Amino acid sequence: MNALDFHIVLPEVLLALYAMAALLGCVYAGKDALTGAVTWATAGVFVALAAYIGFAGEGANTAFGGMFIDDAFARFAKVVILLSAAGVLVMSQDYLARNDMGRFEYPILVALAVIGMMFMVSSGDLMLLYLGLELQSLALYVVAAMKRDDAKSTEAGLKYFVLGSLSSGLLLYGASLIYGFAGTTLFSGILSTLGAEAHLGLVIGLVFLIAGMAFKVSAAPFHMWTPDVYEGAPTPVTAFFATAPKAAAMAMIARVVFDAFGAIPAQWSQVLAALAVLSMFLGAVAAIGQRDIKRLMAYSSIAHMGYALVGLASGTVEGVQAMLIYMAIYVTMNLGTFAFIMSLEKDGKSISDIDSLNMFSKREPLKALAVLILMFSLAGVPPMLGFFGKFYVLKAAVDAGMTWLALAGAVASVIGAFYYLRIVFFMYFGRETEGANSRMVPVQWLMLVAVAAVMLLGVVNLFGIEAVAQTAAQALVG
Amino acid sequence: MTYLLSIIIFLPAVSAAILALFLRGSNEATANNAKWLALIATTATFIVSLFVLKGFDASNAGFQFVEEASWIVGLKYKLGVDGISILFVMLTTFLMPITILSCWGVTDRVKEYMIAFLLLETLMLGVFLALDLVLFYLFFEAGLIPMFLIIGIWGGKDRIYAAFKFFLYTFLGSVLMLVAMIAMYWAAKTTDIPTLMAFKFDSAPMVVLGISITGGLQTLLFLAFFASFAVKMPMWPVHTWLPDAHVQAPTAGSVVLAAILLKMGGYGFLRFSLPMFPVGAEVLSSLVFWMSAIAIVYTSLVALAQSDMKKLIAYSSVAHMGYVTLGIFAANQQGVDGAIFQMISHGFISGAMFLCVGVIYDRMHTREIDAYGGLVNRMPAYALVFMFFTMANVGLPGTSGFVGEFLVLAGIFQVNTWVAAVATSGVIFSAAYGLYLYRRVAFGALVKEALATIQDMSRRERAIFAPLIVMTLLLGVYPALVLDIIGPSVKALVENYQTAVTAFAAN
Repeated sequence: MNALDFHIVLPEVLLALYAMAALLGCVYAGKDALTGAVTWATAGVFVALAAYIGFAGEGANTAFGGMFIDDAFARFAKVVILLSAAGVLVMSQDYLARNDMGRFEYPILVALAVIGMMFMVSSGDLMLLYLGLELQSLALYVVAAMKRDDAKSTEAGLKYFVLGSLSSGLLLYGASLIYGFAGTTLFSGILSTLGAEAHLGLVIGLVFLIAGMAFKVSAAPFHMWTPDVYEGAPTPVTAFFATAPKAAAMAMIARVVFDAFGAIPAQWSQVLAALAVLSMFLGAVAAIGQRDIKRLMAYSSIAHMGYALVGLASGTVEGVQAMLIYMAIYVTMNLGTFAFIMSLEKDGKSISDIDSLNMFSKREPLKALAVLILMFSLAGVPPMLGFFGKFYVLKAAVDAGMTWLALAGAVASVIGAFYYLRIVFFMYFGRETEGANSRMVPVQWLMLVAVAAVMLLGVVNLFGIEAVAQTAAQALVG
Repeated sequence: MTYLLSIIIFLPAVSAAILALFLRGSNEATANNAKWLALIATTATFIVSLFVLKGFDASNAGFQFVEEASWIVGLKYKLGVDGISILFVMLTTFLMPITILSCWGVTDRVKEYMIAFLLLETLMLGVFLALDLVLFYLFFEAGLIPMFLIIGIWGGKDRIYAAFKFFLYTFLGSVLMLVAMIAMYWAAKTTDIPTLMAFKFDSAPMVVLGISITGGLQTLLFLAFFASFAVKMPMWPVHTWLPDAHVQAPTAGSVVLAAILLKMGGYGFLRFSLPMFPVGAEVLSSLVFWMSAIAIVYTSLVALAQSDMKKLIAYSSVAHMGYVTLGIFAANQQGVDGAIFQMISHGFISGAMFLCVGVIYDRMHTREIDAYGGLVNRMPAYALVFMFFTMANVGLPGTSGFVGEFLVLAGIFQVNTWVAAVATSGVIFSAAYGLYLYRRVAFGALVKEALATIQDMSRRERAIFAPLIVMTLLLGVYPALVLDIIGPSVKALVENYQTAVTAFAAN
């Protein structure tokens, strides 16, 4: 351990120091007096760190004897995590204040979760991976139950906690098996003990590990917690769940399978492909019957995780690049969509049932148009950016010789298009009834409209994300 | 001018963006400005497209005005025209100002209406000009969105049902096409259309689920594309979305749907199915022949029984599209020439027919044939125009409708006499429903009270019909205008097709 090590983990250390300082400051200032300021300050710190990581980071460095890896892949994931967390924070502040949840703990817990995520994507060791994951999860359990006097929110928190613990148990069990058979928890060490033919014990450990991580990305068949938690948790929390942790967990899976098990791609590729197919179809089919937008978004996220996994299952540089691009697009779309969902209210109360969108286009033409673009993008209808995300992963699958996986993805995307269309249907052709209003603070409005514009204009060159994602993917796959 | 095609494609979209961003307010002046801007934009697009026509070298069968730039995901942004696509481009740019002019009377959300049409024009032109598989798919799919909204927002009473039926039918078809595109990319490792046209897809027999498939991969790919284009065309028995969509769509929507959108199916057959999967097309051609023949006879009979004018014309469109598929899959010079000619001519005639319905619908707000009768007494000019297009629709010699049908029948006769015989009966049926419709609407005494004060066509309405009449007559008496342009490209297409089929038969 030396000074250089600390230089490499500087962003994480700074963020941890900030979180503790903010916690102290808020406690001294008294009950929730500084909530607004801390929320914005936290978002500001996120953006500053993202800029620092994005612009100052260079090359591939390891710290603490290989436990911590700072490479282009980790930096890409961290920038996505930090920016999306900042976006969620700024747009949810008004919602929380209005619904009597303006507690200072929220931004601080989010900051702690983000530190966990940053360790997850940078981990070069199973222990650090577990520590990061638990730091993230514990913070998330608490924010899910943040609406303490609401039965659904409490239920969501508890459910998430119980199932999350189970998945952590699975993951730990897998990790212990791997340690037992490989004799090390270091990724590079595991990789060097693997021959062309992996020991069966290692493979079993790997499967447990993947099962535990699949819980975190809510890939089917480990998705059961998602709809209930999404519905029960306060909307800003749901928005957070749908964005940064998903990107972090997906990057973590990529990290583990390539850094530790890159020598036996055949073993994990088929597991990931099976998860992908199940998720895509379950997400598409189960969402059809939903009446609540938040539940619908839960199934939508399950399906989207399936597509991202298609990219990983390809096991190529292009596949990882496709996954990174897909996650970036997915996170952006979700930010816009949740900015809209947060703004829905009727008689001063926040609501989220789809029926309430009846003839929304008459009341708010511009917002309706933005949501229309987002829905078509989520459905993957060209020329929106969502289509290119899907196209990218499907192309990677074809190039890797997994044409059947691409075909399954194409079919699932059609089934999935149906429920997004239903939202458009209610907004534009619904019955003329008393529906929801959309009360937006400027930052939410900006988020919605900007994201819609991004979805449309991205068709020109994807904002140059391709090259960045390629560098990141090459850093991981080599 | 190397970017001429890009200008044509994006001029309407840019105008739509200007409309959306800079035109504020919801009063009458705004609505008027929106209409004028849309009219100017579509006219300008037409004028630019005339330069393409002028610079087009008809003796060259290859792609011209090619633009190529690298794009995202390793794809290419590649555009170009050849003898097959140029006339569809011209048809689109020619009809759009007329369409815009025809919806001058719309009052509900005019600005959005104009935006939808301008975007639709961009996407339709993109379909005809794209030379990259994914770019084509992008335009092809995205075109659904504005049409879905046009029917769903500005349509008639059952517009929602019709909009959804339209969307789901066409979307389902195009997903199979997407799957086929993935398979094509997997087989050929490229999405470049000219390269794919020269690529020989595997035609060795393949066993799928225990059934041996003649023509193998080509037949499967052909079927997937066929699913998409047959719905778009539409062919019997997947035509049922069309009458619903037409009846519920506003007049201008019907015009675009009948005159341009339906042609995407035929264009797709000519651009993809015949050149890329000749063996698959040959294996399944007799199926297509009989489907077309049934379409012609069956839908003509159905048309005879309609009480709704728009529905009648919609069924007649399906019958006319039956000739197009016959001609295309006859795969000889006359057949394909005739099919393209028929599509162009149908663009003018069916567009005009829907406009004719629109004229009286605007006045009486009903499409029921029984609500009319004796219109010739109060609307002589209208009766004349309606008569002209009814005759053109029937295929009277001297109008463009005749040339297309004749060429197709001549082409199919060389390939399959029985089908030709059945299809020819359609000419008689079309005369039957056409004249029957005309008699009930225009002739007889004017006894209906509601019609007593009906006004003849306004100057704007006459201006709409004038260019259509000119084109219908011009192409009717001088078809070489079209045939000279499409000839070389069709010749190359037919030769490639026959070579591939002969080579397959020899194995």
